[in-house]
Amino acid sequence: MVVKVYGPDYATTKRVIVCLIEKEVEFETVHVDGFKKEHKQPEYLKLQPFGLFPVVQDGDYTIYESRAILRYFSEKYKNQGTDLLGKTIEERGLVEQWLEVEGHNYNPPIYNLVVNIMVPALFGEPSDPKASEEDEEKLGKVLDIYEERLSKTKYLAGDFFSLADLSHLPFTYYLMNQMKKGYMVRQRKHVSAWWDDISNRPSWKKVLQLYKHPFESLD
Amino acid sequence: MVVKVYGPTYGSPKRVLVCLIEKEIEFETVDVDLFKGENNEPEFLKLQPFGAVPVIQDGDYTLYESRAIIRYYAEKYKDQGTDLWGKTIEERGLVEQWLEVEAHNFHPPIYNLVINVLFAPLTGAPSDQKVIEESDEKLEKVLDIYEERLSKTRYLAGDFFSLADLSHLPFGHYLMNQSGRGTLVRERKHVSAWWDDISNRHSWKKVLQLYKYPV
Repeated sequence: MVVKVYGPDYATTKRVIVCLIEKEVEFETVHVDGFKKEHKQPEYLKLQPFGLFPVVQDGDYTIYESRAILRYFSEKYKNQGTDLLGKTIEERGLVEQWLEVEGHNYNPPIYNLVVNIMVPALFGEPSDPKASEEDEEKLGKVLDIYEERLSKTKYLAGDFFSLADLSHLPFTYYLMNQMKKGYMVRQRKHVSAWWDDISNRPSWKKVLQLYKHPFESLD
Repeated sequence: MVVKVYGPTYGSPKRVLVCLIEKEIEFETVDVDLFKGENNEPEFLKLQPFGAVPVIQDGDYTLYESRAIIRYYAEKYKDQGTDLWGKTIEERGLVEQWLEVEAHNFHPPIYNLVINVLFAPLTGAPSDQKVIEESDEKLEKVLDIYEERLSKTRYLAGDFFSLADLSHLPFGHYLMNQSGRGTLVRERKHVSAWWDDISNRHSWKKVLQLYKYPV
């Protein structure tokens, strides 16, 4: 039975999809309309009780939380596709460190920017400039640390592409495109080179080609 | 050389300490005073550029982010001490799932309550009533989901204690004690029984005995 991935339109789900493509794992997607609140209906809540995207079914095994799903498939298919966990326990530790950094330091301000800028724009409503200022400042400080790191290593966990880099793709795509805040990356030489490298991977290009996102009208 | 853990007084480093004790790994601690801003000094930022605790040094290997550190040690010492990963790849996937749930659904509201209810009076920073109300509301919804889950399995990832349960100890302790919100857990039969089980583990009792909390 082929892996089923729910909610492919959404950024968090795309984190999983790009990973499955890197690991050469076959999958199919199930459309769930977040704007119609389909993810808050009883059917969906049976699979993902927090009402969030994504959830994945692998036969009769159900798993949610995108970063848990990334780790699960990277572990299960260790010997197939791209190696995403590094070669040693120490390298893996650094992958975990930067995955946590993405989850706790990078993602929250970007996620807030999406909610405060992109969602209102979609409905023709004004956004809160003060809230966005704080989040942009926070993100800037994080990117300064990334700039320092990436001046020493090619990718976040070391000189190898890993889950840690991959996890940044979906929301940074919004930052660089629909949010029109690409300058935050372009002003930082090493972050800029890193972004060009990871976003030009065939796996990510395939995701963009195959699956739309809710903010296309802002392109 | 023994593992060095920075900032043992605080919540997140305790996540690492309880894990090291479960895995029977020797360690020593180095105090970092966040109230004095020692975490923002250049010396510390060399180790942890985000200025957060914990960070560990294991010989010449440095690692930060508590949930990365616990994963690293649970993996490295797989064959020693308590098994914290489960026995199969599927069990491990569920441990990862509930570790992420703790990090993104349980931790944020509790952390907001700790900052606004407990730390604000200490530092003279303003306390945001709206954030407190929203956090209380979020926490209730999250604990309802935990109640449902724990009515089916003894621990979060299944019928085995894992990193996912362990990760809840340091801030769960704040919830049950200093924050005055213990009723949120006591009102929920299965969450209550689970909390009593995990907080009475020898490892956690040892952490509380050896390292105090800032509040």
